[in-house]
Amino acid sequence: MTGFISIEGIARRYGTNAPIFDDLWLSMNQGEFVCVIGHSGCGKTTVLNILAGLDEPSSGTVIVDGKAIEGPSLDRAVIFQGHSLLPWRTVMGNVAYAVTSRHRAWKSAQVTAHAQRFIDRVGLTGSEHKRPAELSGGMKQRVGIARALSIEPKIMVMDEPFSALDALTRGTLQDEVRRICTDTGQTVFMITHDVDEAIYLADKIVLMTNGPGAVLAEIVDNPLPRDRVRTGFHKHPLYYGVRNHIVDFLVTRSRTFSRDNHDPRNVPHVRLPLPFPPPHSPSKTGVDALSSGEGRVGEAAPTELKKETLT
Amino acid sequence: MIPSLNLRAAIVSIALFVAFILAWHLATRGTATVQQMSPEYAKLMGLSATQGKSAMPGPLDVGAKLWEHLRNPFYDNGPNDKGIGIQIAYSVGRVMIGYGLAVLVAVPIGFLIGMSPLMNRALDPYIQILKPISPLAWMPLALYTIKDSGLSAIFVIFICSLWPTMINTSFGVSQVRKEWLNVAKTLEVGTFRRAFTIILPAAAPTIMTGVRVSGGIAWLVIVAAEMLVGGTGIGYFVWNEWNNLSITNVIVAIAAIGAVGMVLDLILARLTKLVTFPE
Ligand SMILES: Nc1ncnc2c1ncn2[C@@H]1O[C@H](COP(=O)(O)OP(=O)(O)OP(=O)(O)O)[C@@H](O)[C@H]1O
Ligand SMILES: [Mg+2]
Repeated sequence: MTGFISIEGIARRYGTNAPIFDDLWLSMNQGEFVCVIGHSGCGKTTVLNILAGLDEPSSGTVIVDGKAIEGPSLDRAVIFQGHSLLPWRTVMGNVAYAVTSRHRAWKSAQVTAHAQRFIDRVGLTGSEHKRPAELSGGMKQRVGIARALSIEPKIMVMDEPFSALDALTRGTLQDEVRRICTDTGQTVFMITHDVDEAIYLADKIVLMTNGPGAVLAEIVDNPLPRDRVRTGFHKHPLYYGVRNHIVDFLVTRSRTFSRDNHDPRNVPHVRLPLPFPPPHSPSKTGVDALSSGEGRVGEAAPTELKKETLT
Repeated sequence: MIPSLNLRAAIVSIALFVAFILAWHLATRGTATVQQMSPEYAKLMGLSATQGKSAMPGPLDVGAKLWEHLRNPFYDNGPNDKGIGIQIAYSVGRVMIGYGLAVLVAVPIGFLIGMSPLMNRALDPYIQILKPISPLAWMPLALYTIKDSGLSAIFVIFICSLWPTMINTSFGVSQVRKEWLNVAKTLEVGTFRRAFTIILPAAAPTIMTGVRVSGGIAWLVIVAAEMLVGGTGIGYFVWNEWNNLSITNVIVAIAAIGAVGMVLDLILARLTKLVTFPE
């Protein structure tokens, strides 16, 4: 099965150095929210840049909606790690710039009206004429989101969009992004360092091992209900299982992951339907169970781990 | 209450000015001993030797002269006697033409150099060689080829204004933040639109700094150039008054050159501020 987005065997090398990654495969369906988690420097931004069309893979292709991508496209909106607003333009100017890029023939009144809708949607009504320097970090990031949304892309690509924000602002913005994305059925590819953020936002969480030669170790299907809310999702009985699984990956397995039995084309899907946290956090046993294909996470729930591979 | 910094600075400035004028006045008051000499010789020597008056005019003389000039800056009594306003107008006109042309030429070339690493490397040796040449060194060549002293002065201004603007433009263009260029890329913005909507505004403060430096240099050079080519202009005026041994007029002209230079720089600073964006 080929998804809406299909990353097919991409590799990226700089010069003669060891490749950052050499054979990545990932498939995403339309309307899916996918988060990638991995250690700093493992190559997440590189994957994102290739998906955005800003960088080219050394080999392999990325197919979006049936077509191999060649360079950036208005169909894939990017929210950058820094807010990357144009500082000489106002909030309205920044959003309108994107809108005119999408709709060349529109009259300025039409552009303004369209941009205004998205400025309103991210809650910046009244700040249209401020310049980025006059905005707080959270407001800047909102403008970036409004700008990305205003071109009504097929896919949103986000590189740690909230990492520079304080916890409170981050929470509000996560809510907004989640609401907007579920409302509009956006397909989202997002990088994050924050495990909770991934669990709150994502349908699937892709775990990436450390580079060089990074691989996608597994894809964790988020077992939390889709209508989760930020104030309560961490009280969900499945929350700790997922969280521990991911943290455990980041702490040990991202480093020690062995590629020997790993088929990069069929990244194992992991679902943790544990109704209660395992008595001890999934450790070596769980890892071995997963990679040897026995379908176990710990000993607490030997039969309940559903492991499937993507075909 | 302590007065504001501006006010205190103004008080210090004025105090310094008064002190300077006072010192100047005392130094030129005329205490030199009067020498004994024959009347014929005394006539030749002038007042400084005969009446103990300093050759250097005092502030009162200069003030009076300045007032005289300011009252009637635009009179024209033939080639060797024009009002200081007319002379300044000539100089400013030349600077405007030469410098304006230089900016028109330097900004596009600098843009090209900044955007293309190839052109950057290819043109770099020429710029490095041409840049350190004193603009006045071009004068003989200009006079020989153009055969017109006024145009030659303009050419010299053109040459000396070229480099700071060109170098700053290419630097500003090559240093545009990658993330802004990426914004343009992801929005599928074409080359021309990108040049005008991203690169130009992003590089504008750096470009304007170069333009401002060029302006300062042009005003420095015009005085020297006009001393060489003669005819009109504030530089010629200075030289002419020196030949007339009118130090008072020379001092007035020096003050005028400073004042005009300051006004030019203020205007350019305003323009720079206009295109500067806070980050
Ligand atoms: N221009 C380059 N030349 C050589 N190596 C590079 C270059 N750009 C990136 N790299 C290397 O590629 C690797 C992956 O970089 P990337 O920016 O994708 O990491 P990342 O996972 O996004 O990290 P972070 O979480 O810190 O943002 C890094 O080890 C980096 O050293
Ligand atoms: Mg990164």
